Amino acid sequence: MKKVAVIGIGQVPVREHWDKSLRELAAEALLNALQDANRDEIDGLYVGNMLSGTLSGQEHLGALIADYAGLSGVEAVKVEAACASGAAAFRQGVIAVAGGLKKCVAVVGVEKLTEFSGRYTASALATAADSDFEASVGLTFVGLNALVMQRFMFENNVSKIDFGNFPLLAHRNGSHNPNAMFRRPITLEQYRKAKVIADPINLLDSSPIADGAAAVIIVPLEDIENSDKRAAEVLACETGTDYIALHDRPELLKLKGVEISAKKAFRTANLQPKDISFFELHDAFSIMTALSLEASGFMSATEALNRVKDGYFEIRGKLPISTMGGLKGRGHPVGATGVYQIVEAVTQLRAEAPEKIQVKNPLYAMTQNIGGTGATVVTTILKNIRLS
Amino acid sequence: MDIPRYWRLKNQRYRLEGAVCQNCGHKSFPPRMVCPQCKSKDLKSVRFNGKGIVYSYTILYQTSERYEEYVPYIVALIDLEDGPRITAQLTDIDLNQVKIGMPVEMVIRKYFEEGETGPIVYGYKFRPVFSRQDFSEPTIK
Repeated sequence: MKKVAVIGIGQVPVREHWDKSLRELAAEALLNALQDANRDEIDGLYVGNMLSGTLSGQEHLGALIADYAGLSGVEAVKVEAACASGAAAFRQGVIAVAGGLKKCVAVVGVEKLTEFSGRYTASALATAADSDFEASVGLTFVGLNALVMQRFMFENNVSKIDFGNFPLLAHRNGSHNPNAMFRRPITLEQYRKAKVIADPINLLDSSPIADGAAAVIIVPLEDIENSDKRAAEVLACETGTDYIALHDRPELLKLKGVEISAKKAFRTANLQPKDISFFELHDAFSIMTALSLEASGFMSATEALNRVKDGYFEIRGKLPISTMGGLKGRGHPVGATGVYQIVEAVTQLRAEAPEKIQVKNPLYAMTQNIGGTGATVVTTILKNIRLS
Repeated sequence: MDIPRYWRLKNQRYRLEGAVCQNCGHKSFPPRMVCPQCKSKDLKSVRFNGKGIVYSYTILYQTSERYEEYVPYIVALIDLEDGPRITAQLTDIDLNQVKIGMPVEMVIRKYFEEGETGPIVYGYKFRPVFSRQDFSEPTIK
């Protein structure tokens, strides 16, 4: 197997892009990434997307995006794994290059969620769950996470307000990221008063519905010229799955898919949690932040709820998380999110993040993209070539 | 959605029919082809009695278009007395009555209507089980 590196990154700001279509968002991010990589040809395109068929009436994104980016003729395919579609597409790109079948591939994550009003989008997002036995009895995507949070609060005797520090941190970091959807910090008082969506989850626990696209260019590490200090090596990219329906999981509060994927990633990279310089985790809901820190092997979920109060996860803390705002602050264009995480991790490793949110001398970055309520999980570990 | 999709689920929606593994005894709802515990393919159909307790719940204030007219409503994870955990709405209950650990039982109720001319979809929901003491009958001593 060949070693693999990310040599180019591109993104469009996460917004409600009323004036841009799915193909425009995707092509823009892809062209940005190609320019950043200083390449104009690729031999493979992997598109991460969840809902183009449902919300834009458009499938066949591989050919469409290749076409509109001026790359028609290239092998191109869409990869779908609910909210983990972006990282799942990245994983396919990594496999293709590591296996020696491809010399230079592009991965684009794209999602256009604002074509319809919120309630249609809510129905579409619920297709990540078990349609016949969860969604069709009246459960939503927020509702699934609420069932987990309610049980967690009951078993661990913690109160709702304890979770508020995670969205506060995400917004604080996101306020410095020009590509983030939310550019303003929030207060604990605002969190306390936020509108309840699915009790106990309120609006400020939830990442926003948004449009976005992000792209990366992947090549064999051996093909990088020594002078290219902006590349990041992909040490590991590993996927795990879990029962799709919450009611089938033997332990509701253990994210088995996260555990499998993170353990594999640490083993492949030959690293331990303590080696990680910062962690772009999947904070779609506050409860997921706490549970994924636990299942990834960093600390127990209750410890995470305590440590967030002491600055442990801040940019200058021991383990910075959601450094560019995370899903909560940057926004969560579902199928694009996993690729945004990689783009942001590479930005940090290059020391090109805005000054206030630049992690100091990061060596190892970890990203984790979760589909559904943990049914597909992709964990990636990247290494700073500049410092090594 | 079309009628065959609802019709296909009739044994689950109206009868709470699942499967029990003939090798290890693991119970599934809905029925499965492979036992998730021991991987045996020898599973038999079984009907659960519809009694259970609430394991977790959420009160939905925003939902999908299909359920929009019914908010707020409660969806719970329910541990069946003689079976696995399932996801269902609670019915015949006030929002402030719901508690983890409360006993509930299955009833058939309307889920939603598929537009003005479409089918009305029915299926299992769960309601609280009240013991005699809950009705505060006058005690004679």
